[in-house]
Amino acid sequence: MEGKTLYQKLWDSHVVRSESDGTALLYIDRHLIHEVTSPQAFEGLRLAGRKPWRTDSIVATADHNTPTLDWDKGIVDPISKLQVDTLDTNISAFGAKAYFPFRDERQGIVHVIGPENGATLPGMTVVCGDSHTSTHGAFACLAVGIGTSEVEHVLATQCLMQKKAKTFLIRVHGELQVNVSAKDIILAIIGQIGTAAGTGHAIEFAGTVIENLSMEGRMTICNMAIEAGARAGLIAVDEKTVNYLEGLPMSPKGADWVAAQNYWKSLRSDRDAVFDKVVEIDGGSIAPQVTWGTSPQMVSTVQGFTPDPKAENDPIAKQSVQAALEYMGLVPNTPITEISLDKVFIGSCTNSRIEDLREAAKIVKGKRVADTVKLAMVVPGSGLVKRQAEKEGLDLIFKQAGFAWREPGCSMCLAMNDDKLESGERCASTSNRNFEGRQGTGGRTHLVSPAMAAAAAVAGHFVDIRDQSLK
Amino acid sequence: MEKFSRLKSVVAPLDRSNVDTDAIIPKQFLKSIKRTGFGKNLFDAWRYLDPGEPGVDPEEREVNPDFVLNRKVYAKARILLSRENFGCGSSREHAPWALIDYGFKVIIAPSFADIFYNNSLKNGLLPIVLPATVVDEMFKAVFLKEGYEVLVDLNEKFVQTAENIKHRFEIDDFRRDCLLRGLDDIGLTLSHAEEIKRFESRQKSQQPWLYK
Repeated sequence: MEGKTLYQKLWDSHVVRSESDGTALLYIDRHLIHEVTSPQAFEGLRLAGRKPWRTDSIVATADHNTPTLDWDKGIVDPISKLQVDTLDTNISAFGAKAYFPFRDERQGIVHVIGPENGATLPGMTVVCGDSHTSTHGAFACLAVGIGTSEVEHVLATQCLMQKKAKTFLIRVHGELQVNVSAKDIILAIIGQIGTAAGTGHAIEFAGTVIENLSMEGRMTICNMAIEAGARAGLIAVDEKTVNYLEGLPMSPKGADWVAAQNYWKSLRSDRDAVFDKVVEIDGGSIAPQVTWGTSPQMVSTVQGFTPDPKAENDPIAKQSVQAALEYMGLVPNTPITEISLDKVFIGSCTNSRIEDLREAAKIVKGKRVADTVKLAMVVPGSGLVKRQAEKEGLDLIFKQAGFAWREPGCSMCLAMNDDKLESGERCASTSNRNFEGRQGTGGRTHLVSPAMAAAAAVAGHFVDIRDQSLK
Repeated sequence: MEKFSRLKSVVAPLDRSNVDTDAIIPKQFLKSIKRTGFGKNLFDAWRYLDPGEPGVDPEEREVNPDFVLNRKVYAKARILLSRENFGCGSSREHAPWALIDYGFKVIIAPSFADIFYNNSLKNGLLPIVLPATVVDEMFKAVFLKEGYEVLVDLNEKFVQTAENIKHRFEIDDFRRDCLLRGLDDIGLTLSHAEEIKRFESRQKSQQPWLYK
């Protein structure tokens, strides 16, 4: 019998029952909750007279709507405030293992606070009413984003109805070039395979390049698996995973820690496991990436050019390139390095962890944000990240360079709070989606790594950071 | 959930691939704590010329005459036709809620994003996958003939065109049954409560740290 993939192992260890058509009831170990996708689910429970099955699986925070300025004033927008207050009410009525409300010192983006508190552990099934739940797969968890009906279903039953996904292995081998980061890897992958390649699949990332990444980098990769269409991203457990988790508030302790480590070591695909699809990527050939269009697959290397619709033979592709360039206010064949920015955003569940801030700070140290850039902002992923950065003096480096240093939250990744682009404004953003209007109606988003965003803030346009000395 | 079995309707063409959930319902409308009322802001940035904010009366908005759904012939369309990877992006269930609230019952496309597909079925919105070539033919027919209609039969799993061609589609038997009967998943799962408890006690003995 052939070996099992990591996905298969995680699946098998969580099946409560299977139906004849392959639908299974999967047990859910960790339920992460935030204010936007949960109110209707709690309301549904109430209307049906149901209670949560297991409140100690719940970890909640408010992140999408929270402001990043003037926390002492509270939430000014009454509609946002109602949503955040509703979360407070629901958690105090129903209970949770941990709740990090607005202004709590451990509040932050749900996909940052889960791992940093040890709420995300290898071998778990993790769900959240947010597509970027795939992030947690970096810890060899089966982590999937769900809709609000499923949030209610998990609350009421501790289970999720799922069909088994196909397996997809992406192996990145070789060694990265200097200043090329996890973000560039995942953007390059999406550029190569497309935004729908992972549909119906769970993607496992492997290979020397992935092994050499920090846990933060691995989270960036798995975070954007959903941008390749895959509901789940996965990376095997290794020593880095275990070291990261040791001593975190919710990590196992004492004898449990020893037993857990033993179990976690089995959480990797067997050597003879067979995947439905395999893609090999040469990590050494990956250059810094910049998206030019309105889908993450519309991406170029920094030394590249915007595409020419005339070069597209397929009429649908031609039309979509044309529409994207038009929306982005770009003409064909423009060098990427000639694209000037109005704003720069360093943050989001993709790139707001301590390592991301360190990489960006290295680039801006001793420099100034270009005069032509109206606003450059850093939004740490959580209160803990913020405090760690301040301990290391990163906040001073950013502030001295002219960056705004903000309170944690989702912020301008999706612009549900006051941080948004005005129509026509162009932004270098470390977030995950460059869809039309994502960062504000009419706003234009270019997805990049933290170092690329930092360098763009200083230059006022994109630059190839491989050319820069970091010293 | 409302039952669905058979529907004949005008087909509204949304000729784009990768229609994302931010386009279906922009983020400023996600602040609601209700499941209803999203229809007036469906495709907001495409449908109106002025920027949309929550609470604004649609009667006072500036309608984009070029957007396909604003054409009179599609006012009663219950079937939306689109291209690859429909519903990609965010997991917001507000996307199917908005489509349903607006009046759509069926979306036909060559492929759907996984989360959107699931969310739709849980709300009585039927996503139908047909081959790209068939979808392309349908687009041509819709553009050729104003008010082009098709018939969707969930029981028999086919879409019948005005030319009487039947295109079969696939859907899980379980999902189809839920839609046909308007069944609630939660009640069904809770009928297996004993099995869930057995799973928990087994897991608790193997991985006790998950319960501390």
